[in-house]
Amino acid sequence: MHQIFLRRTLACGLAGCAAVTLGAAAPASSMHVMHPHPLVKTAASAPAPGHAAAPEATLMKVAATAPAVVKIGNFTFGPEVLTVAPGTTVTWVNEDDIPHTVAASDKSFRSKVMDTDDRFSMTFAKPGTYEYFCSIHPHMTGKVVVKAP
Amino acid sequence: MNKQPSRRGFLECMGWAGTGLVWSVGGGVLSSVSLDQALAAPKASVKPFSFLQVSDSHIGFNKPPNPDARATFREAMAKIKALPEQPAFILHTGDISQLSRDQEFDDADQILKETGLTVFHVPGEHDMLDEGNGAAYLARYGKGSLGDGWYSFDHNGVHFVALINVKELKAGGMGHLGEAQLAWLKQDLTGRSSSTPVVVFTHVPMWTVYADWGWGTDDSTQAMALLGRFGSVTVLNGHIHQVIQKVEGNVAFHTARSTAFPQPAPGQGPSPGPLKIPAGELRAALGVRTVTVTRGSHPLAVVDASLAT
Repeated sequence: MHQIFLRRTLACGLAGCAAVTLGAAAPASSMHVMHPHPLVKTAASAPAPGHAAAPEATLMKVAATAPAVVKIGNFTFGPEVLTVAPGTTVTWVNEDDIPHTVAASDKSFRSKVMDTDDRFSMTFAKPGTYEYFCSIHPHMTGKVVVKAP
Repeated sequence: MNKQPSRRGFLECMGWAGTGLVWSVGGGVLSSVSLDQALAAPKASVKPFSFLQVSDSHIGFNKPPNPDARATFREAMAKIKALPEQPAFILHTGDISQLSRDQEFDDADQILKETGLTVFHVPGEHDMLDEGNGAAYLARYGKGSLGDGWYSFDHNGVHFVALINVKELKAGGMGHLGEAQLAWLKQDLTGRSSSTPVVVFTHVPMWTVYADWGWGTDDSTQAMALLGRFGSVTVLNGHIHQVIQKVEGNVAFHTARSTAFPQPAPGQGPSPGPLKIPAGELRAALGVRTVTVTRGSHPLAVVDASLAT
């Protein structure tokens, strides 16, 4: 499986490109759906073919789920517990001067190593509780709770 | 000399060794025996020698307080080359690189080569950051090792054990050895005489220095139980970028300085991130360690020297 890693660029998921991520109905989109975990990664800067053809309904859905950011600073994830609506793209930003990672406790996802200012984004499609930690500093733990508003 | 010996005072004591006193230090506790006593002790198979420990070179690190971790690592090598008695070899206790990049490993190897000495490695968590979660480290340094990279060897009657405690770390945990490595350790120690001095070297401390920052190893007590019957066990590690020592029975634990940047004392500060000290103070906070094995004296003599001296 591919994990999209965003280096020093604002995640598309935070802007208009989020349509790519959430255009789950568009088969040609560049998103990656993970099985068995219903997680979707955001795409990097290059929109997939078919992006422009994303249905209007999808674009409207994007507006309904605001992107969320988890800041990594002083060896902590902030907020430690983040609650979002299904379909929300979560972006982690490393503001420490030491590298960190974001790794699911059940190994269902894992970022590449994130140096200072690096970002990692992921879209959480289905409700559930997603526990994660920093695989370099495992005492750093966090949680994304996905539930309908 | 003061009742509480300073480092300078201690080094002076070391200088007297030739006149009949052998000083050794274990966990900051100084002890001395007469040279006659030392030579008479039944350790015929142990021949005196010294070796070096360097740690946490973090090649690639370039942020405050150290804009160039390569330069300070090179200074450390120069310090080793200038030693009046050359050590038998170097132990590098991990975090060779900052981000496990090939170029960082290449540069570290190149700088280490300047000493002309054999180097024995264990990885730190920073050396596990490639796509293969440590495959790059193992391909480069793991020749002849077992499992995730553990191995042992003997030198002049001392048994050296390289343990890996930075693989497959679990959420909320600290360093981790794992069942397979513990089983190997048990097998490795079986049949060895309890009078064999043992040196264990690894990255993360083998006792819990500070749990909130993950400064310990989850299953270290199992490893220490296997080592318990040996009369002299010295555990050398890095990871926390400062000198902390502790003695527990026959076991002396020593964590070493980094050659890249210092970290705060346990719990002192909001996080274990680099301690941002003024440029003029950096070298006093970095260093290397000489360990001397003297025939018959139980604790190994451990001397930490900063890059400023």
